[in-house]
Amino acid sequence: MTPISHDRLSRREALKWMLTAMATTALLDVSRLGADEESLAPLPSGGYGLDPDLTKVYNPGDLWPLTMTPKERRAATALCETIIPADGQSPSAADVGVPQFIDEWISAPYPAQVTDRALVIEGLAWLDAEAQRRFTADYADLVHLQKVQICDGICYIPKAKPDYKRAAQFFRRFRDLTAGGFYTTPQGTKDLEYIGNVPLVSFEGPPLALIQKLGLA
Amino acid sequence: MPHITPRELKPTYDVIVVGSGAAGGQSAYTLTMEGASVLMLEAGRNYDPVKETPMFQTNGMAPLRAVETPDKPQGFHDATVGGGVALPGEPYVNASDDPEQRFLWWRPRMLGGRTNHWGRNSYRNGPYDFKSFSRDGLAVDWPISYEDLAPYYDKVEMLIGVFGANHGLENTPDSPPGVLLPPPKPRIGEMLAQRRAQGLGIRIIPMPRAVLSQRLDHERLPAKLHPGNAKAQRILAADMQARAACFWATFCPRGCAIRANYQSTTVHLPPALATGNLDLLTNAMVREITLTPTGRASGVVFIDKTTGEEHRATGRAVVLAGGSLESVRLLLNSKSARFPAGLGNTNGLLGRYIMDSVGSVLTGQIPLLESLPPHNEDGAGGAHVYAPWWLYKEQKAGKLDFPRAYHIEFVSGKRMPSLGTGSGLDSLTNGSYGRQFKTDVRRYYGSFITFSGRGEMIPNEKSFCEIDPALKDRWGIPVLRIHWQRTEYEYRQVAHMQKTFAEMITAMGGTPRQTPDLTGHKAILPGGQVKHEVGGARMGAEARTSVTNAWGQIWDVPNVVVADGAGFCTSADKNPTLTILALAWRAADHLLEELRKGNA
Repeated sequence: MTPISHDRLSRREALKWMLTAMATTALLDVSRLGADEESLAPLPSGGYGLDPDLTKVYNPGDLWPLTMTPKERRAATALCETIIPADGQSPSAADVGVPQFIDEWISAPYPAQVTDRALVIEGLAWLDAEAQRRFTADYADLVHLQKVQICDGICYIPKAKPDYKRAAQFFRRFRDLTAGGFYTTPQGTKDLEYIGNVPLVSFEGPPLALIQKLGLA
Repeated sequence: MPHITPRELKPTYDVIVVGSGAAGGQSAYTLTMEGASVLMLEAGRNYDPVKETPMFQTNGMAPLRAVETPDKPQGFHDATVGGGVALPGEPYVNASDDPEQRFLWWRPRMLGGRTNHWGRNSYRNGPYDFKSFSRDGLAVDWPISYEDLAPYYDKVEMLIGVFGANHGLENTPDSPPGVLLPPPKPRIGEMLAQRRAQGLGIRIIPMPRAVLSQRLDHERLPAKLHPGNAKAQRILAADMQARAACFWATFCPRGCAIRANYQSTTVHLPPALATGNLDLLTNAMVREITLTPTGRASGVVFIDKTTGEEHRATGRAVVLAGGSLESVRLLLNSKSARFPAGLGNTNGLLGRYIMDSVGSVLTGQIPLLESLPPHNEDGAGGAHVYAPWWLYKEQKAGKLDFPRAYHIEFVSGKRMPSLGTGSGLDSLTNGSYGRQFKTDVRRYYGSFITFSGRGEMIPNEKSFCEIDPALKDRWGIPVLRIHWQRTEYEYRQVAHMQKTFAEMITAMGGTPRQTPDLTGHKAILPGGQVKHEVGGARMGAEARTSVTNAWGQIWDVPNVVVADGAGFCTSADKNPTLTILALAWRAADHLLEELRKGNA
């Protein structure tokens, strides 16, 4: 394209262009699940602005309304449970508020999240439709083995059948959001045995046994 | 109270300092400690790092798990408030919408500017970096040498507190004994890289960073920094005692409430305010520099952003420290009958030769770092080691297809979990989910290492900024139009970075997570993204070929001093902050002399 015609460039256009430039930089590399953005409910405009209180604790819904329907939330909760179930070390993603976080995420007014919104909403609808088609019940009402039968077909993009590629893209994004949502909770952080974020008198570096084990002594 | 409103302006000041970041903070510090009366004008709001820094907040406490958004482009807990690329009502124009010619102009708008959020990586430029034209025939030499600036690097390091170590490496200067603080121990991933990179000829050494690994010596340093000035020594000694040492937690770019790292708001401004010589006015957007009938600067016109009202301030000298491109914009907008093309632009060089560090990244997964026993790897809120450029001789001998240096920074370890934790593992796990996925995340957490290059860009004719003829910001101030192009020098340098990073990852027994970009065109970070923009009002030995003299004084109007990165002739691979601080201190010393002599 030719250089922007500066004599016709309004302030609004300049700002719009810069926001687009920003969005392009921030966008995660996610292919669409064939979602038509026009068909989605409009989002409230405005985020937290350039100068939010950085020391506050925020919960999903504090800054913009959550927008998942009860049916979407039910499917999302069940899928969170499938991806990160409870085990001997930590609870499930569904137990520690990850579905609420994903609702916050897809309801956010920022470009990257708006892109994910299309993928996630369409993906959750696909999940229930697929469950109905194969087992005549919503995903949340399936038994574990039935859930696994669906998820095994979409859990890894290179191995997904052509008709399931887009669903696999949704699953990949949803798994990433579930993981990031989970491991940033106190329970998820404990699961990883992250022991930092506490003041120390001195920084001692790695334990000697580890240095020796890696041959770095 | 030295925080003032426009109504409380004094009739005149010795010096008006525009901007409050590295250059503004250092200028105000040096000038007020030596007795000059200073007015500091900052376009952003007041900011108190002691009260506002999110020190222990986890990512889970923030909206969207603290990821970057257009409102907080560095992440939610980054210290920056009111700043970014897209500022409401404060546009700028890219001359082209070709993605490779795009420049992301990140502008902090807060007291302390970008020193609140920077990485604290504090490199000295080396002797070659001031005389690179003489070495390879490209760009220009600086009018000063390393020896001219070395005493100021010493002083800055002693004032702000920098940890590091001396290695006697080529063009990577040592500091004199007793200047640096001891560096922290490396993390396990840093140690592994250090060992394995040896085979590639790459030395990984402690990174100099402006973090107090121990408290500053308040008994020894003030006398060295302010000889013969009892008041300055007393103020500085008291302030050094009020700064805590690092407690090895929280990420430096959030800022530091215990004042353990350098930011203008925690190191420069408190003692400057304690002198009683500093008036500080925030939300003051400077529009232009005013002139006396004889063509000297008389002060500035600024807009109080809280009321939209215009005010004037008067001073014997004006120091520009609002950030390289913002300083250029102010000079270009200071048009008069005497200087119709802007102040300092008689030769048409104002706005020319802007640069940003050349950057690219590559991440590797390292099996040796999987499933390591838990231990605290937070450390000094950033990197502990880095690799300075190691191929000066090969470059000099013409063995490389690009002319200038880059250094390597990297991130490893089990850092505080973020939205990225457990993400993108499917290629390693064949898409696991369920209990297996939890086991996989435990295994891979902390096994990644991300290498990041920071290289020198050669200034070129096609990278410059000018005033847009039509667009104005919400205050009615004409905005900048930025032209930006890289050359093959930069693309080839990035290709070399990518190849080297892949070799380092392989040497560590790992696998790159992306295909290294051997063209350089895909991996190169967009202009402005590294936020090391410098140049535009370069200093020089003669008025014909530069905008300022070797002390930052505008040739045509010597009581205007460019103290920030705008004065850089070449960018070096070294991150610019420490050099900006040293240059600002040197310029302020010279300005004090001029004030005493009655020349300003």
